[in-house]
Amino acid sequence: MAISRNKLRPSSAARYAGLAGFIVLAACLGCGQSYGQTTNSCLDCHSALPDPLGVTQEKFSQDIHSQKGLTCASCHGGDPTADDPDKAMGRKAGWKGSIDRKQIPQLCGSCHSNPAYIRQFNPSLRTDQLDQYRTSVHGKRFAAGDTKVAVCTDCHSVHDLRVPSDPRSTVNPVNVANTCSRCHSDADYMKGYSIPTDQFAKYSTSMHHQALAVRGDLSAPTCTTCHGNHGAAPPGVDRVQNVCSNCHAFQAQMYEKSSHKKAFEAVSLPGCVVCHSNHGIRHPTDAMLGTGPDAVCMRCHTPGDACDQARAGLQTSLSQLDAAIKSADQVLSIAESSGMEVSEARLGQDQARDSLTKARVTIHSFRTDLVDHDIQAGMKIAAKDLQAAKGAMVERNHRRAGLGISLIAIGMVLAGLWLYIKKIES
Amino acid sequence: MSFLRNVRKWLDQRLGWDDLIAPLRKKAVPLHKLSYWYFLGGMTLFLFVIQVLTGILLLLYYRPGANEAFESVQYIMTQVQFGWLIRSIHSWSANLMIFTAFAHMFSVLFLKAYRKPRELTWVSGMILLFLVMGFGFSGYLLPWNTLAFFATKVGTEITGQVPAIGKPVMIFLRGGEEVTGATLTRFFGFHVAVLPGLATLLVLLHLLLVQHLGISIPPKLEVQWTANPSAKREMKFFPNFSLREMMAWYVALAVLGALAAVFPWNLGVKADPFVPAPAGIKPEWYFLFMFQTLKLIPPKVGFIDGEVLGVVAFGLIGLLWLLLPFFESDQPSHMKKWITGFSVFALAYVVGMSIYGYLAK
Amino acid sequence: MTADQPSQPKTTRRRAIELFLGGGLLASFTSFIYPVLRYLVPPAVADLGGDEVVAAKLTELKPNSGKIFRFGNHPGLLIRTASGDYRAMSATCTHLSCTVQYRDDLREVWCACHNGKYDLNGRNISGPPPRPLEAFEVQVRGDEIFVRRRREA
Repeated sequence: MAISRNKLRPSSAARYAGLAGFIVLAACLGCGQSYGQTTNSCLDCHSALPDPLGVTQEKFSQDIHSQKGLTCASCHGGDPTADDPDKAMGRKAGWKGSIDRKQIPQLCGSCHSNPAYIRQFNPSLRTDQLDQYRTSVHGKRFAAGDTKVAVCTDCHSVHDLRVPSDPRSTVNPVNVANTCSRCHSDADYMKGYSIPTDQFAKYSTSMHHQALAVRGDLSAPTCTTCHGNHGAAPPGVDRVQNVCSNCHAFQAQMYEKSSHKKAFEAVSLPGCVVCHSNHGIRHPTDAMLGTGPDAVCMRCHTPGDACDQARAGLQTSLSQLDAAIKSADQVLSIAESSGMEVSEARLGQDQARDSLTKARVTIHSFRTDLVDHDIQAGMKIAAKDLQAAKGAMVERNHRRAGLGISLIAIGMVLAGLWLYIKKIES
Repeated sequence: MSFLRNVRKWLDQRLGWDDLIAPLRKKAVPLHKLSYWYFLGGMTLFLFVIQVLTGILLLLYYRPGANEAFESVQYIMTQVQFGWLIRSIHSWSANLMIFTAFAHMFSVLFLKAYRKPRELTWVSGMILLFLVMGFGFSGYLLPWNTLAFFATKVGTEITGQVPAIGKPVMIFLRGGEEVTGATLTRFFGFHVAVLPGLATLLVLLHLLLVQHLGISIPPKLEVQWTANPSAKREMKFFPNFSLREMMAWYVALAVLGALAAVFPWNLGVKADPFVPAPAGIKPEWYFLFMFQTLKLIPPKVGFIDGEVLGVVAFGLIGLLWLLLPFFESDQPSHMKKWITGFSVFALAYVVGMSIYGYLAK
Repeated sequence: MTADQPSQPKTTRRRAIELFLGGGLLASFTSFIYPVLRYLVPPAVADLGGDEVVAAKLTELKPNSGKIFRFGNHPGLLIRTASGDYRAMSATCTHLSCTVQYRDDLREVWCACHNGKYDLNGRNISGPPPRPLEAFEVQVRGDEIFVRRRREA
């Protein structure tokens, strides 16, 4: 049976012709049974239709709307109890047909912006999504007539719309970046817009992506964490540091009081992003303070000036502490593998590492005196731990010396016994 | 010298000392190519004494109880003067003792020293071997670290597989359904009171029997020497053999000291029942041959659960092994050849499976 | 052996035996007994039993302040609340294991690494931490503050 491909807006005649064939097919498939809680006769035929008219029962049963008892008619209109397609999809029954893109936000918002209605299903669900959307870049462009921008169904999917907490949902934190990248990484689609399309590629190399997608740490940021979801927009050059400071509060505090804040604001540079980038945020290393390819200070500062010297000093201090901690660790490992108990010193090493971390955070104040304070605290601890490690090695050698002495004594006894045996048996 | 003689006279007047030690004066050890194997029994006894002494010293500081056991062992290893030495000697000597106990058993097996009239010596010795393995199993849990916790869990789980009585025995051993602090208390009681008490009685019995029956001579040699008594070669136990034994014991002391100083026994990580078992958890080496066997048995053999079959099989084999002397009569028979063959197979199996179990992931 | 054995070698030999055996026995016994005797003397640092440590002295902490102390192999946090009573909990943040601290301005436990916050019972209330901090029992005995792991049932 030839199946004519239905266009998005079928004329009545085409519709009749197409469906005529399928009523027979549907009859063979044993339609008339409904699997859901509420009668949804639409799926009887539409589950066998090809895309874009096809929605299977299996697919729709994953949708939260279906699980809450809504039917196709809830959005598309029509009569879901009628088996006759004319009655089911008749004007009298309020049949809307497929929803035009331009109407989607309004349609979703007709329920989701209605607190009284949503309260019946989930009283704690927010109902301001449509308002937020209107403030977003997507929403503003949409209002101006751009139909390429994202609407509700582009991110949330449709017909198998899952709650965000479901790991398979397109808007679950782990999947958000992939969802955004469907448009934002598509260079062809984004032609005509003046923004880059490398954000996802850069983000995929970042620490945050590593934490979220690889380690499964749901507290790590994804696109919507910094840009917002319904009200998605870039933070703005002067607001970036507010966004980062939500998690990186200590660094932000240091930066707030630093000389760099005023300097960057004066030339409209975006705070944290200047050194750390926005999407491709790698794990910071001490090399950022250096003069090599990863160096950030020397992008602006002149070699030889006071700042350059301070930078060199900071880098030296950090690497000194790092080296001190590593050398203590080394000796502790040797002591430990010889059987010495060094748990106290190991704990101290954790504290020394904490000092090093703190020093690296204090860098954001750009004050060498503050950084040195943390460095010195760490050096003291590392020195103490190295002493403990060396002490453990000395104790280890004492044990071996003691063993040696007792072995000599035992050897003497063995020799004596042997001689004695020889004597009494001769 | 005269001082010692006076002491002897004093003891003799009150304890009948001379009569007591008279048989010891006559005690003799047969001399032949395989006489070196006779050292193993005494070595096991010596190591047992070391265990008792170091164990008593450890008791002065060890605290049984899930909250304190690990920390008390850590205290012994780090704060107590020479605590590391006493604890490491205890752990190493335990392993050496189990090794010599097995070696002693196998040497008796191959030298056929279990023949009439020494059946009771064999039985008491086998029970002592089981007790020694019980010492090892119960003692291993006492430091309450992760490896010990899970080894105990797996080991008692396997015991629970025995049909009918397995579950009640497992609950008895664990002091409940699961391995908890109650298990630790119970194992401590077994390790320092029940097992030492039983072991002491059996060791005394074992030694009395050896003393009474004399030291066994290998069968072929016994036939030769009965036919030709002048060919018999012997060594007096006191002082000749015992001086040699003292040398062996001093060597053992040297080995223990070296092991304790160069390879101190480690603490591990404190046991946490909520952490999943570390991958590839294995029991101590002396249980490896059984553990590896159980791992190799398919899940179902016919209609019987594989693990149950394995456990029951080991139980039966253990029982047969215990009663081995009663299967071998005085008369020459095929049974003797079977038992020799079986002994060789058993040794190869235990050694082979232990190595396999050690190397397996 | 032979009837007329020269007495010289015999004496030397006997002396050798006496030296080796007697001296060796004495030396070896000393090398065994010495550690045992030292072992029997209780160390200066008392063993309080595993899950209990002295976290601080009574006068050490002012109200609305905190202190990091060693608890086994991990850091612990002892807090004296503004109303004067003591709380103790693990100081290892449940997010990425940084060491937390008491913030007297926020009256909360704070983790400097990613701005995680816990309340005074150790419950995670804001930021990345996925789980609460393990709470410990505090007991004041005399002028010492003892911290102990919660007893298992």
